[in-house]
Amino acid sequence: MAKNSNNNRRKFMATTLQSVSLTAIGGLLWSGYSDEAKASPLVLRPPGALSEDEFQKACIKCGLCVEACENRDSNKNKDGSKRPGTLKMAKGGDRNMIGTPFFVATDVPCYMCDDIPCVPVCPSEALDIASVSNDKGELDINKARMGLAVVHKESCVAFWGLQCDACYRACPLLDEAISLEYQKNERTGKHAFLLPVVHSDVCTGCGLCEKACITEKPAIFVLPIEHSTGRAGSHYVKGWDDKDQQRVGEAKEIHTKNERSEKAPTDYLNAGGIDFE
Amino acid sequence: MTQVLILFLYFGANAYGWHMLEGTFGASRLFGVIPLSDPYTVLQVLFSGFVLGADVLFGALIITLFYMVVGGRAFCSWVCPINMVTDLAAWLRRKLGLDKEITNYRFVKRKARYWIMALGLIVSAVVGVAAFEVLSPITIMQRGLVFGFGAGVSVVIAIFLFDLFGVRNGWCGHLCPLGATYSLIGQKSLIRVEHDHEACTGCMDCKVVCPENQVLHMINKESIHVTDGECTNCGRCIDVCNDDALRFSIRSFAKKETNQSK
Repeated sequence: MAKNSNNNRRKFMATTLQSVSLTAIGGLLWSGYSDEAKASPLVLRPPGALSEDEFQKACIKCGLCVEACENRDSNKNKDGSKRPGTLKMAKGGDRNMIGTPFFVATDVPCYMCDDIPCVPVCPSEALDIASVSNDKGELDINKARMGLAVVHKESCVAFWGLQCDACYRACPLLDEAISLEYQKNERTGKHAFLLPVVHSDVCTGCGLCEKACITEKPAIFVLPIEHSTGRAGSHYVKGWDDKDQQRVGEAKEIHTKNERSEKAPTDYLNAGGIDFE
Repeated sequence: MTQVLILFLYFGANAYGWHMLEGTFGASRLFGVIPLSDPYTVLQVLFSGFVLGADVLFGALIITLFYMVVGGRAFCSWVCPINMVTDLAAWLRRKLGLDKEITNYRFVKRKARYWIMALGLIVSAVVGVAAFEVLSPITIMQRGLVFGFGAGVSVVIAIFLFDLFGVRNGWCGHLCPLGATYSLIGQKSLIRVEHDHEACTGCMDCKVVCPENQVLHMINKESIHVTDGECTNCGRCIDVCNDDALRFSIRSFAKKETNQSK
């Protein structure tokens, strides 16, 4: 009897350990896979999408935005037949988190509908209406920031001196998001460069410029904003800008303590530096 | 049949712009107004640390209440598209004679799904993304049918092969965390299969066809309702019974409570 209960206890311990460790293995594999799956790809999201990290949490993968885009009234050819919509649902093999909406500007760019059919249908608020609304609370697609267009100068034929303003003409915010900058062409001495310049405070990232670009592989293309922008850092202050200059007053003093800071800078310099061996 | 009809309505919403049933199981809209959403998906998103919009929460509440009060685990057998795949696998298994104990790699227990369900929520919280949704064959298959498959079809094939040559009713009956969620939700639902012990001849056809045959423990023993939450209310046992010993009925709580007496 005593031996039997001992065996039972041993069996119970063994099965518990098995279950727990199997669960742990599963959990580790599963976490690894999920983490890989959400590794931020270079993908353009619908208007009003939260930051990529938040969006991947919030999107419930229902496809209502994709359906709204596909079935919008404006999405028709002249003969009334349906065109493919902008938004697509990520499938297995799309290198994108499966089931989330995205678009590829070179296939079908965002046509920036005034009524933004894709955003209000979102049930989970992964597409944020407030971010594409103006002060009066009306929908305003110009507030969308799906990405930011970038020009690759070396392959843009306008930078060679050829006349092309396809992207400039295609831009729905003509002269605001893309303007043309005139420069003298020193090579010929008598022609002008008409150079496209993207203004990041206006560009919505719709991709119409990328779609319109005439080069074999577009010389202007849209990237998610976090991939197409840099950051100077808060320690740079524009001294000529009164508002920015105020930040200097708010700055706190930082004391660095190390071997050198024991002496005043003048001592340090006069002594010819410290011998660090 | 209902599975095909429901999928067709979803498909039509995308292809033809119908408004009967739009979206996917994650979240949908019925007749363009009523929000519906999947409780386990919503739980995962909440665990990942995002507070969802009211529509989705309300939708999950509607679905939860429906299955809790009326349907039991009916989602699995009447709505889920993967169930059609696993049913095909189970049927082929029977036809090919693979259904014997000797060819059943029973290395997972039926309780595994509850572990997976809890694990999915933990992984969601740790990684910060709805963890089951990145590999769920259910939504992959449904999106595949509505929007196009891509490489997602391999997951569906994997489930089919697993159920056919691996574990009998392996996916739905052992692993699926969604089924586990609905098992828990639907434990007290009203519509149930009722067994008539007097009429039963003990042929056990019902147990052969049942995808969760542990719930049929009363066959040829007692005249009671099948009250286990793991019963999917698929009604296959009723179809296969030649003795009218099984039928759907509303379970009576008064009787049950005296029987259980906790």
